Amino acid sequence: MTRDELLTALFPAGCSIQPGGFGTLRGMAELPGTGRVEIIGIEAGTPLGIEGALILSGHVLDLVAAASRAPLLVLVDTAAQEMARREELLGLNEALAHLAKSLALAAETGMFTLGLLYGRAAAGAFIATALSTQMLVALPDAYPSVMDLPSIARVTKLKLETLEALAQTTPIFAPGLEPLFATGAIAEIWPPEALAARLAATLAAPPPRADTRDALGQARGGRKRAHDIAAQVMAQAAAHG
Amino acid sequence: MNAPGMNAQSDYYYEASARERAQGLLDPGSFTEFMGPQSRCLSPHLAQFNLTGAFDDGIIIGAGLLQGMPVYVAAQEGRFMGGAFGELHGAKLVGLLRAAAAHKITAVLLALDTGGVRLQEANAGEMAISEVLRAIVAARRAGVAVIALVGGRAGAFGGGGIIAASCSRIIVSGHGRISVSGPEVIETNKGVEEFDSKDRGLVWRVTGGRSRALLGGADAYVADRISAFRDAALAQIPNAPPFTLESLQAEQARLSQRLAAYGTCRDATEIWRQAGLEPPAPVADLSEADYAGLSRLPEADHDAR
Amino acid sequence: MEQFQIRIEPARPASGGRRLASLGVNASGNLELLVERSLPPGEAVFDIATAATGFRDLWEAVISDLCARLPVGGLHFSINDGGARPDVVGLRLMQGAALMEQPA
Repeated sequence: MTRDELLTALFPAGCSIQPGGFGTLRGMAELPGTGRVEIIGIEAGTPLGIEGALILSGHVLDLVAAASRAPLLVLVDTAAQEMARREELLGLNEALAHLAKSLALAAETGMFTLGLLYGRAAAGAFIATALSTQMLVALPDAYPSVMDLPSIARVTKLKLETLEALAQTTPIFAPGLEPLFATGAIAEIWPPEALAARLAATLAAPPPRADTRDALGQARGGRKRAHDIAAQVMAQAAAHG
Repeated sequence: MNAPGMNAQSDYYYEASARERAQGLLDPGSFTEFMGPQSRCLSPHLAQFNLTGAFDDGIIIGAGLLQGMPVYVAAQEGRFMGGAFGELHGAKLVGLLRAAAAHKITAVLLALDTGGVRLQEANAGEMAISEVLRAIVAARRAGVAVIALVGGRAGAFGGGGIIAASCSRIIVSGHGRISVSGPEVIETNKGVEEFDSKDRGLVWRVTGGRSRALLGGADAYVADRISAFRDAALAQIPNAPPFTLESLQAEQARLSQRLAAYGTCRDATEIWRQAGLEPPAPVADLSEADYAGLSRLPEADHDAR
Repeated sequence: MEQFQIRIEPARPASGGRRLASLGVNASGNLELLVERSLPPGEAVFDIATAATGFRDLWEAVISDLCARLPVGGLHFSINDGGARPDVVGLRLMQGAALMEQPA
């Protein structure tokens, strides 16, 4: 789905969107019942670099500074982080962390941060955008990933065919929507024909306050141990006093 | 300062194991490990890749005292699977950070030593990193100082670099490297002209602890000693910035100014020249004392993290 | 990778009082060892997960050598091996057994 098709499906009554350079988007829409919805995004599979991250974090911090209580919709179609020596030299890790922190601050100060993954998102760019919202939903043809199978094959020194066969039996490492859905990364997959209705229904409920993705991953069988291990650690810490 | 660790083999941070670091950073004998090796917290995912696991899945976590003050500590073992985040490894850290927020522990020392996501369990590793970021924010909002320590062989790469920059403070040694995409990954994707990963000097100038501290990507630089990391952590804990709009606005300004001033630079030497900080010799060759005498960029003394 | 268990009946129970010892790292050419005082004094168990397959005979030789030299009755050794050479294996086992001789 293209960005324009997506926006039309989400906001049949229209919305206002401006491109902001480096593949970023900024805008807003008025939803009947919900009211104002703030929108930021990265589109067209643009790799997320320092500039793009700072543009997006700037928008988020402006909203927090304006004491906005409107929900913030984060549209995501990015490749991985921008891979370049210059990016690393200038502290891409700080820029990505800053964007993740800005989104977390927005949630802490009362905005409902809702991620909508409608294209790709990989590795550090996935972490700093889609995975940094309180609730992440995806379109059926979205393609999130951590690392592609050929790269995993190179690092693990396994044959690609072996990995492809393994990927059929476990969601733990394979790229794509289904495996990441199973690990709890994605709360819901929205059918394209129902986007406006799903958006309105989601924003009518309060945002999820706690991070329960590990419990979701356990319930879906994609991450069977993480939630229990974290809970055991908390119990041991509490017992230690 | 106190002699480190119980076994007291040596004070060198780089050579120490994760358990030696965890013990050595704290008051002698005060460390209590959570989910220690006897709990056999082995990755269930490695056998299908024909790999053997570790009883702690490559991360040591627990509680102890830092000059009498109760703190938590987590130390990744960079020699096991490159310290990478797997499902259990990550969940141990997530649990520790959630506990720190719940009990309003004064500080968490986070001894990062990681190449990022463990590819054999990539999705679980990625999720763990995202959960760690949220747990760090929750802990900081609860008033916990989360201090990143980077000085091991695996550095803080991939999501580990993002985690470092989400902490309240970052302490590095000259061995510490911080980055998102590693030099080999960039070379593989973009070619050797973009980043020659065999050029050790270049790799260190771009990712190394000395460059990070000069530029502001780390808040304190220490010699390769466990005791030095401990002293620096003690000094940084009272300086931990609160997790507020003001801190993040200051960070926004700091990173934007860096981009405006040095956005065309592709090597650290260009940044230092442009800033008028011409070091007397290659930074990597300076003694610790001479390095300590260098001026840092104005940005480097900040409360913006 | 290969996993197997070796059980022996050592002549002497382990001295000392330490309950647990952990040393080494599962890295290339190295191994992680966990020793627990958890068995009846007439038994010793070695649980081994090793990256290198086909060396069970060698493990048995190294372990019987250890048991001839040190009292290990009652000890449970668990090993994650990253392909350590026999001399490294022998050294780690000796270190682990020696740690267990410490008082509780």
